[in-house]
Amino acid sequence: MFSYIVQRLLATIPVMGVVALVVFSLLYFSPGDPATIIAGDMASEEDVREIREQMGLDQPYFVRFGTWIGGVLQGDLGTSIFTNRPVADLIMQRLEPTVALTVSTMIVAVALAVPLGIIAAWKAGTAIDRIVMGFAVLGFSVPVFVIAYTLILIFSVWLEVLPVQGYVSITEGFLPFVQHLILPSLALGAVFAALIARITRASMLEVLSQDYVRTAKSKGLNQKEVLLRHALKNAAVPIVTIIGIGVALLIGGVVITETVFAIPGLGRLTVDAILRRDYPIIQGVILLFSFVYVFINLLVDVSYCFFDPRIRY
Amino acid sequence: MVATIESAEEDAVGQQGHDESALLEVEGLSTYFFTRDGVVRAVDDVSFSVAAGETVAVVGESGCGKSVTSLSIMGLLQTPPARIVSGHIKLQGRDLLTLPESEMRKVRGNEISMIFQEPMTSLNPVLTIGRQIGETLVLHEGLSEKEAESRAVELLRLVNIPEAERRVREYPHQLSGGMRQRVMIAMALACQPKLLVADEPTTALDVTIQAQILELMSDLKQKTGSAIIFITHDLGVVAEMAERVVVMYAGKKVEEAPVVDLFERPRHPYTAGLLDSVLKLGSSSGERGKRRLNEIPGTVPSLKDEIVGCPFAPRCSYATDYCRTDAPVLEEKAPEHFAACFHSDQLAEQEN
Repeated sequence: MFSYIVQRLLATIPVMGVVALVVFSLLYFSPGDPATIIAGDMASEEDVREIREQMGLDQPYFVRFGTWIGGVLQGDLGTSIFTNRPVADLIMQRLEPTVALTVSTMIVAVALAVPLGIIAAWKAGTAIDRIVMGFAVLGFSVPVFVIAYTLILIFSVWLEVLPVQGYVSITEGFLPFVQHLILPSLALGAVFAALIARITRASMLEVLSQDYVRTAKSKGLNQKEVLLRHALKNAAVPIVTIIGIGVALLIGGVVITETVFAIPGLGRLTVDAILRRDYPIIQGVILLFSFVYVFINLLVDVSYCFFDPRIRY
Repeated sequence: MVATIESAEEDAVGQQGHDESALLEVEGLSTYFFTRDGVVRAVDDVSFSVAAGETVAVVGESGCGKSVTSLSIMGLLQTPPARIVSGHIKLQGRDLLTLPESEMRKVRGNEISMIFQEPMTSLNPVLTIGRQIGETLVLHEGLSEKEAESRAVELLRLVNIPEAERRVREYPHQLSGGMRQRVMIAMALACQPKLLVADEPTTALDVTIQAQILELMSDLKQKTGSAIIFITHDLGVVAEMAERVVVMYAGKKVEEAPVVDLFERPRHPYTAGLLDSVLKLGSSSGERGKRRLNEIPGTVPSLKDEIVGCPFAPRCSYATDYCRTDAPVLEEKAPEHFAACFHSDQLAEQEN
């Protein structure tokens, strides 16, 4: 088990290497030049060339990649082209809102979707099942920003119970922190919850038709005990897998959600950086997201052992 | 002191309300499946009873309604599509079909428990053996988790599982098929049920293990005094285990008799056919060396269509015209020997 985890962690190194190369290459070959943007509209070609030389943008591809990756290996993600501040610092500044948003979204989505999925499977074919699955289709097909603006309209503008936008750090009080996170978490969590609910239902339905569920009923256990003690643990592996995969969805959704709700997180940092061609920031953030994703998949794989004793590494 | 004696007397009086010898009475049970293609009469007007401590075998080929009968008794049918359309299932005079689900749960696993056919899939793969045996005890006898585990160890010893202390913490996949069926038996017997419904408990096991499991079951029956409904298609098992036999065909009971009687003088051509299709020691290499085993020609009729006349008529060598138009009713052909056939006497003569 321990050696398996070490092995998997070692295996992330080449993965991250490939991610770094792809991210760098993509930005290298994409059109747009930070030097022209820094120099402004009035600058002459001479000025632009000078800025480019200063920033090392005139260096060949491999030299630039080598310089960047060498820095990354030493824990230096580079310096922002525009603010001249270390990328690592900028990321740390913006980390808290994004972590708060994704974690609360995951909690909201899982807490909502897993019970709903179980109920839908238990009541399969009934009106309850259809209503739950109807909402799942809705959550899946309506874009994040539409859900976000609809929620703002209902809860902030009409009902005036929750703030429209913004973010309050947890250090400034728990209640406002939570209040500011409710709507973004719901908006971002809709797709995620829909996905989990569908998989939970399908997985539970399969388990509920198994012989051992009939055995459990033959012992005189009630519906709750059969569902939660006997069925859910068997259905858990696909559910946990989809939660892990869904993290990728969250990372994509964070960018939009943070923009709509004016949350100063990594999503906003990335959008701003893309607009300004601030390469070091984009590269740093994508590298971080990739690492988080790989790490979460490792957690998911390890968690299988906990749910199913037949799985051993 | 006086009060207890009086109440004991009252109990005795109270129990006289029903036939005291019968533990379970199934009366006119009809279980239909309402499917998109029509109504399937899986069990049609079946009656039989089981006395306390008795072993009754229910025999028939696949699809004759044996398993549906057992699931009806347990109240474990999938509804929909299945529904018990008429009949009573009385456990010591109490009609289980009218019990609310919460009361029925107290019966299941406690007063009646069940052993299933497939030991490989009937145990939960993600819970330990001890937990699965113990949870019945926690549920029905109010034991703590810890007490339940030590009782589970005792039960594993009772079903002859070696190293019970270690096995109790293992998962089903760490056990062989025979071991798993022993665990199923331990689970079913945990609360000392009055009735054990065994649905083909040895069918999925290989022959040597089958014998061991049957021996274990007879042995435990002696110890616990539980009545057993033994559902099987294996007549060898019937001869070994049962005291009385109910033969089912196409959802109906066609014959019922004490086991010796049934084997010696079957009164229904279907039973005779079943007996003929079994290899008997010394009979096959008798007259001319090799003899092909007899089979019953034809197939079981579809239960979707209304069956006119005797359901076995199309496959029966005794069938006459009125067999195809009139359904024979179950009659007592000999003492305690019931059969639903117009030609019972002819058959009995021939067998002699």
